[in-house]
Amino acid sequence: MDARPDLPNPIRPAFTAGETPGSTIVNIGPSHPATHGTVQIVAELSGERVMRADIHCGYLHRGFEKECESHTWHNLIPYVDRLNYCSALINDFAYCEAVERLMGIEITPRCRYLRTLLAEYSRIADHLTCTAAMLMELGAMTAFLYLVTLRDYIYEHLANLTGARVTYSFGRIGGLARDLPEGWLKRLEEILGEYDVFVGRVHGLVDRNRIFIDRMRNIGVLRTEEAIGWGYTGPVLRSTGAPRDLRKDTPYLAYSELDFEVPVGINGDNYDRYYVRMREMDESVHMIRQLVDRLPDGPISVADRRCTLPEKHLVYTEIESLINHFKLIIDGPQVPAGEVYSAHEGANGELGFYIVSTGLGIPYKVHVRSPSFVHLGGLHRMLEGYQLADLVPTFGSINMIGGECDR
Amino acid sequence: MGAEIFERVRARWSGEVEDGGVQHGTLTLELSPDRLRDVASSLKSEFGFDMLLDVTAVDWPERQTRFDVVYHFYSTRDFVRLRLKTRVTFEAPVVDTLVTLYQAARFAERECHDMYGIEFRGNDDLRPILLYEGFVGHPLRKDYPKQHEQPLVPYRT
Repeated sequence: MDARPDLPNPIRPAFTAGETPGSTIVNIGPSHPATHGTVQIVAELSGERVMRADIHCGYLHRGFEKECESHTWHNLIPYVDRLNYCSALINDFAYCEAVERLMGIEITPRCRYLRTLLAEYSRIADHLTCTAAMLMELGAMTAFLYLVTLRDYIYEHLANLTGARVTYSFGRIGGLARDLPEGWLKRLEEILGEYDVFVGRVHGLVDRNRIFIDRMRNIGVLRTEEAIGWGYTGPVLRSTGAPRDLRKDTPYLAYSELDFEVPVGINGDNYDRYYVRMREMDESVHMIRQLVDRLPDGPISVADRRCTLPEKHLVYTEIESLINHFKLIIDGPQVPAGEVYSAHEGANGELGFYIVSTGLGIPYKVHVRSPSFVHLGGLHRMLEGYQLADLVPTFGSINMIGGECDR
Repeated sequence: MGAEIFERVRARWSGEVEDGGVQHGTLTLELSPDRLRDVASSLKSEFGFDMLLDVTAVDWPERQTRFDVVYHFYSTRDFVRLRLKTRVTFEAPVVDTLVTLYQAARFAERECHDMYGIEFRGNDDLRPILLYEGFVGHPLRKDYPKQHEQPLVPYRT
């Protein structure tokens, strides 16, 4: 054994001694084989029961907000992709919309529809990931494989559009990187057909499965008032029965033109969170079909020199376009001074960007209101009083994404 | 809907707090740190702003009162957002905590304390959250160098 220096403890636990006689303090994570995501939970156990839990995050902190302050507005798009890497496109579009609001840009109808379509498609991928991981952690390997098979179809299909499987960098301020390739919508229809098959099988395997119900029903229960107090949004808030969805409440993109329902749960327990996500995917499929039917023609990016890069052949042949290209790349788009808070309904809840501009090509401040971080704030309420074994699916049902939580 | 709520909020504190106007659908109120808690409390009880979305700060190093502490609220009844801003100095970056009103403030204030060194009076849990125990400085302050490194474990050579 080589002599290693004592490593300092990166955290200070909220408690080091138990209150309950005979209790034990255990440390779970940050890298634990039974959970996914990099999170550390210090728990006081009495037998198998979790008496208290202290949640620590930050292991994936990489200075996202600091880094944003020294890059041009366009350069941030690959960074925001890496927040929630299960549904990177939603981050892209939420960020782009925040900047567009500061610049007073209205995107083209085709772009609006495509962004909505891709956001819903990403939501399906995100919910598939979350549900699959949660089921796998309960031992349902078959259901996991069905769901990730479908997710992989979606990833490959998005790679066909964007060139990347997971982090797409596809949004642009004022538009999108490119239009749909030929045959993309045909493949989309095939995948939506596969969706019915695979998700139907998972419903058949899981919904009325005695073991699944026993592990999920009345576990990790959260009430609506409490959830709102802790700032919960998205599927977790909806599972408590509150039909709060930014797509309905403060419509953005093309959501006001679409027909869809907001599924809610009854109990706010793990089972409801599973079911709300499954139903939301159905609604997303319904929305995608409407969007495909009504997809307008036209340009995908606004004709605005302040943000849209000129066509490549013009850059090579025209001095104005060359200068325009150069200024946009070197100085960045000049965003008028001001501040904006713009929020989209991300797959996990309200994804808000608070942006302060001083009128330069780089932001003065970018702050992300990330749902995962907020959800971890109240997670201990959903763990305390339940069994240690419930910790794993409850944590899975929150769908904490480290990249977004720790930034 | 939003405009009507905003008018009522403005009328409630007209002359008392500085009205930052409605920008991009969000009303901004600027107030002194000692008014923060009672305004937030009324926003919650009288106007239905039941959700605290976010607490953050903005650093303006040249300014006498260097930090803006920024709060975003949301009403799950009327679907409107409101921003509260308060200014604190570098020497005494102290504001009252909102944890007694909104539990969501627990994590949000810890993060703001980590990143900007704002003290939230009354919040007894301001342990590092995204940073680690023993981290020196506040990385989102403008005078914290981006390239500065403080490895917890020495790099292997």
